[in-house]
Amino acid sequence: MTISLSITKNIHDWLFSIMPEGVAGIAEMILIALVYLGIFSVAGLFLVLVERRVAAWFQLRIGPNRVGFQGILQTLADALKLVSKELTGTVRADKFLYNLAPYFVIISALMAMSVLPFSKEFHAFDINIGVLFLIAISSIGVIGILLGGWSSNNKFALIGAMRSGVQTISYELSVGLSLLTMVLISGSLQLSAIVEVQKNGWLIVQGHIPAVIAFMIFMIAGTAETNRAPFDIVEAESELGAGFHTEYSGMKFAYFFLAEFINMFIIAAIAATVFFGGWLSPFGITESLPWLGVFWFLLKTFVLVFLMMWFRWTFPRLRVDQLLTLEWKYLLPVNLVNIVAMALIVWLNLTIQF
Amino acid sequence: MPMEITPTATDSFKSQEYFINMGPQHPATHGVLRLLLTIDGEIIKKVEPDLGYIHRSIEKMCERDSYQQIVHLTDRMDYLSSHINNEAVCLVVENALGLEVPERVKVIRTIIGELTRIASHCLWWGVMGMDLGAFTTFFLGFRDREMINDIFEETCGARLTMNYNVPGGLMLDIHPNFVNRVKKFVAHFKTKIPEYDELITGNIIFQKRTKGVGILSREDAISFGASGPVARASGYSCDVRKYHPYSALDKVTFTESLKTGGDTLARYEVRIREMWESLSIVEQLIDNIPEGDHRVSTNAVIKLPAGEYYQKVETARGELGVYVISSGTKSPYRLKFRSPGFSNLSVLNHIAVGSKIGDLVAIMATIDLVIPDIDR
Repeated sequence: MTISLSITKNIHDWLFSIMPEGVAGIAEMILIALVYLGIFSVAGLFLVLVERRVAAWFQLRIGPNRVGFQGILQTLADALKLVSKELTGTVRADKFLYNLAPYFVIISALMAMSVLPFSKEFHAFDINIGVLFLIAISSIGVIGILLGGWSSNNKFALIGAMRSGVQTISYELSVGLSLLTMVLISGSLQLSAIVEVQKNGWLIVQGHIPAVIAFMIFMIAGTAETNRAPFDIVEAESELGAGFHTEYSGMKFAYFFLAEFINMFIIAAIAATVFFGGWLSPFGITESLPWLGVFWFLLKTFVLVFLMMWFRWTFPRLRVDQLLTLEWKYLLPVNLVNIVAMALIVWLNLTIQF
Repeated sequence: MPMEITPTATDSFKSQEYFINMGPQHPATHGVLRLLLTIDGEIIKKVEPDLGYIHRSIEKMCERDSYQQIVHLTDRMDYLSSHINNEAVCLVVENALGLEVPERVKVIRTIIGELTRIASHCLWWGVMGMDLGAFTTFFLGFRDREMINDIFEETCGARLTMNYNVPGGLMLDIHPNFVNRVKKFVAHFKTKIPEYDELITGNIIFQKRTKGVGILSREDAISFGASGPVARASGYSCDVRKYHPYSALDKVTFTESLKTGGDTLARYEVRIREMWESLSIVEQLIDNIPEGDHRVSTNAVIKLPAGEYYQKVETARGELGVYVISSGTKSPYRLKFRSPGFSNLSVLNHIAVGSKIGDLVAIMATIDLVIPDIDR
């Protein structure tokens, strides 16, 4: 744990002064987990609202603006409604797996969030294989989707789940390979180290052409991995009703729903960290104010989140075979060539450094 | 339910076809149509439409009602072309009685008919985009349709089930604002169709989703009795407005929009083209609506002379035929509607087999089904 903000330092010292070492460590972990749960739910609720307002803006509407100032409490009201709803289920569903599925999705999203470097100090879990950890964790979510679709005793859900399996397995390759391209230039898998490297210029600038290609591939594949339009064949509303979560209601549905938004946030956050310098300010303009790191990180992330929302509200949906064609016939070969190109650039020292 | 496979050593890897009920409550069927799909994985093996969920016996009710009342009922068939449906019944009655309606009535009927067609195509465009996963189209389409509905509301008091036609003319004269508002709409909509093209038509995903999907050949279109944009996209020239002009349609010039592809994209382009043509028809007529009465008086109880009468019109979906057998009483002895949706639906199994579930949704969107029109 590299939390060294003074307030967290004080809490740390206080905890260790009143408890034995082991208990204090566990207490500290629980506290951090609670903080992240808070961030998680606030981010989820906020993103749902942002999505609805952005969609409204694209669609000549106003969007939710009644509950609280400019509708800021709208999703809170929706969440309260979802909490109070009855949890329905289908007959002859596999009850155990059916109930387990939402937690797979939500926990994988939460775990991925723990390694995100919000700023230099605000970074709960800075492991030396950060990028690998992110890729690994984000693929656990698909197990939840598969379980949910399979166990809910509904053919539409089953088709949605199978599509999800196909889609995630394919696009994981592109997500991983495009990140590996950037690891070549940063020279480390540790997210804090990747950010430090970018003090001489964001990696998308340092790696110029291959980095831009990698960024585009990452955004396409990342959008696909979060099952968002134009790759939302998993829950294609006009084809499958609601896809894999057709039979879920109340909070269990809300978990799937929230996880989608958190995953979108995570994909955008990874892109901001790996390509756009994470919490570093552009040209070091606020280097003397390190606490602004969170601001820069969130700003970059939300610009990318907006980009993903832009995709969603303007593009039609791909068909399942076109989706696979795009990955296996276009993105993957381009990606492999791109890795070699990046390796050459790093080897021949053709990177742009400021 | 996961399929009921009893695994044995030999067939544990065998795939199995399964049934799935698409509808009667499903977002893509746009109403209460039930499709019984036989699917192998994602590939469609068979589509069986199951009709009757919104059957209201309109044809049987017609045998009970007076001719003025029948006009009412036709609103409820293809509710998106309600004005044109009304017109069909009015025309059949007027022809049977030998009534000559004033020129003014003919022109107004044609203008409103074409506006109805544009409104219907706007809705279709929005819903088509939504079926393909582009939600924004829905709101753009409804924005423009709303303007037309407002014009209708001002003129005849209703937005959807208009009931503006009566045998012998129109229920009311047009509103004083009508001409101005229609002109304003025409100017507005001319800038919006290019926007439609920009958002969807040129999109690479849209092109890939629609090109070569659900190909209907010209021969099949004719033998299945398809009509309207569905048939014209296959190169079958069948516009009733062209071949049997009614009302003021013989006074205007327009080209029938024809494509030869027969696929989903061709059906899409035909409808976009039709919006332009309808705009041009409205433009030609709106400036010179003749003065005169909006109605000729008929008997309070209309009795058609005994005999058989037929009239067909071109609704937004195709050819609507009204076939009346009269025995000389106040109600028809038998009345049959030849609805475009029913025949167009029959091509579905033929063109959807072998494609994916996503394709089926795209095909259904371009067949442009209105379920109450199929069931009546």
